[in-house]
Amino acid sequence: MTRLPITKTPKVYVGGAFIRSESARVFPLKDADGNFFANIPQCTRKDLRNAVEAAAKAGPGWAKRTAYNRGQIIYRLGEMIEARAGEMAEALLLGGASKAAAAREVAATVDRLIYYAGWTDKYEQVLGNVNPVAAPYFNFTVTEPMGIVGVLAPEASPLLALVSLFAPAITSGNTVVALASTSQPYPAILLGEMLATSDLPGGVVNLLTGFRQEMIPTFATHRHLRALVGVANADERKALAIGAADSMKRLQLLKAEEPTDWFAEAAQSLYAVRDTLEYKTTWHPIGA
Amino acid sequence: MLARSPHAALRRLFDEVGAVDAVGIEERVAKYGTRSIKKAAKLWGLKLAASMVDLTTLEGKDTPGKVASLCQKALCPHDPELGVPQVAAVCVYPAMVKHARKALGSDTAVRIASVATAFPSGQAPLKTRLAEVKAAVGDGADEIDMVINRGAFLSGEFGVMQDEIRAVVAACGDATLKVILEVSELETYDNIRAASFLAMRVIREGDFIKTSTGKTSLNATLGNNQVMIEAIRDYYLDTGVSIAMKPAGGIRTAKQALTFLVAIKETLGDAWLNNARYRFGASALLNDLIRQIAKERSGAYQAPYYFSEATESY
Repeated sequence: MTRLPITKTPKVYVGGAFIRSESARVFPLKDADGNFFANIPQCTRKDLRNAVEAAAKAGPGWAKRTAYNRGQIIYRLGEMIEARAGEMAEALLLGGASKAAAAREVAATVDRLIYYAGWTDKYEQVLGNVNPVAAPYFNFTVTEPMGIVGVLAPEASPLLALVSLFAPAITSGNTVVALASTSQPYPAILLGEMLATSDLPGGVVNLLTGFRQEMIPTFATHRHLRALVGVANADERKALAIGAADSMKRLQLLKAEEPTDWFAEAAQSLYAVRDTLEYKTTWHPIGA
Repeated sequence: MLARSPHAALRRLFDEVGAVDAVGIEERVAKYGTRSIKKAAKLWGLKLAASMVDLTTLEGKDTPGKVASLCQKALCPHDPELGVPQVAAVCVYPAMVKHARKALGSDTAVRIASVATAFPSGQAPLKTRLAEVKAAVGDGADEIDMVINRGAFLSGEFGVMQDEIRAVVAACGDATLKVILEVSELETYDNIRAASFLAMRVIREGDFIKTSTGKTSLNATLGNNQVMIEAIRDYYLDTGVSIAMKPAGGIRTAKQALTFLVAIKETLGDAWLNNARYRFGASALLNDLIRQIAKERSGAYQAPYYFSEATESY
């Protein structure tokens, strides 16, 4: 007997749930051969607003976890992708990657998560400090996560770049609202399913799909986003800089004109963790 | 003996005031959230909702200082440039009324509401409850929020419940009365409608019926609100007496507040869209209303920490 094909409705992972866009809009995604593959949610500024609310709700709990526990959870996210590596590689083929390149990207993505999982309980020792002062006080500089971080993933390397951008942010206890690659959104849809089974609390990582030009103005001006990291072209960088100045957010943008090698050793760094941290310096009397 | 049982008494009352189609109510209120209210209409609604807030603090840890800062917020909720109106009233415990009066002064449009009558349970002798009402009015309360005797209602002693409300009306003098039905303890929509009618028959034009104390798990819902405003509508059509309404507890977001206003507009009409006829008992709501007004003005989504923290309680 022939079965009817059961195709999956792609949904985005926001607030620990799989949702359609509130606008109910979708855009068609074609595979590498130009055949229709699926309708992808075309998220709007209101979806971004809702995702920020979800991230705000999840934030305090995530930041309060012990560093060790955050590491365990990010490691488990790596495990979840590893276990479904074949399926994820298939998703990357849609964008025209070769089988070898897709497998390499999935492996590098898992390795990147393991790298940051290791940093969760170590970055503080390296970035924090006890400062010498000429008085009977301890003077500590400690780090704190900034809060909600917006991530703008580039078009290429739709999985590795996305993970490389959000992983350092969640390492320190930030929560993330990320916009996936517009032309290759499906790996982010699939990643949502892995996030959902990774012990990462709902709302810590929220993934949106849609059109960059519709979303960037809201990423720029939303006052609840403390920082934006990602890749943007010259026009986008200008719009983001103006919006960020008005809403006092930090920008860490790579230039889209100068392609980044996401496989390189330089694409993973302690300094990427530092990019979404605030420093706090406190005085404490000695002997008290 | 059946005719004397609470059940029979309720049954007779339902026959008289009519029962509630619970499924119909749920379906009706589910539609209110689908109205598209944008731009100028939204800004108007947000400001109207802000003007209807009874800014509330009802905690054991309330202090004169906390009440004074609540009063400042009631008078000037935010930067005047934003155009957020003053709230309708502050709502405090009777012991805090004199501090609220001191903070607000006598020449103010912001009214002082006080929960009295052994709020939230109402389980004190009538004499004590009436003394509490008189003391609150004496200290300068403009409005009294009383709780009904749910025990009397549920045991079918409607006369007792109504006599107590009458006594509180008398003790209020010129103060406006709000009768809290505590809907979560009435259990069914039929009971809520029946209790609304019993209360409306003994209070004065312009007095309120109010959903809840905010001290129980279930507070104001659109369904409870709908049952009560339909009772107000039917009572008005019968008698010509307009009773006001106050949902309280659980209304935290601007979007919720707008949905409640839609319910009023579509059930009672424009005559009830003002703070003499409709109020929100809330503390956190005002912050979200201001936040959304700021969003409408600037076009940028705002972070909650740019606005003052919620005063907690309900």
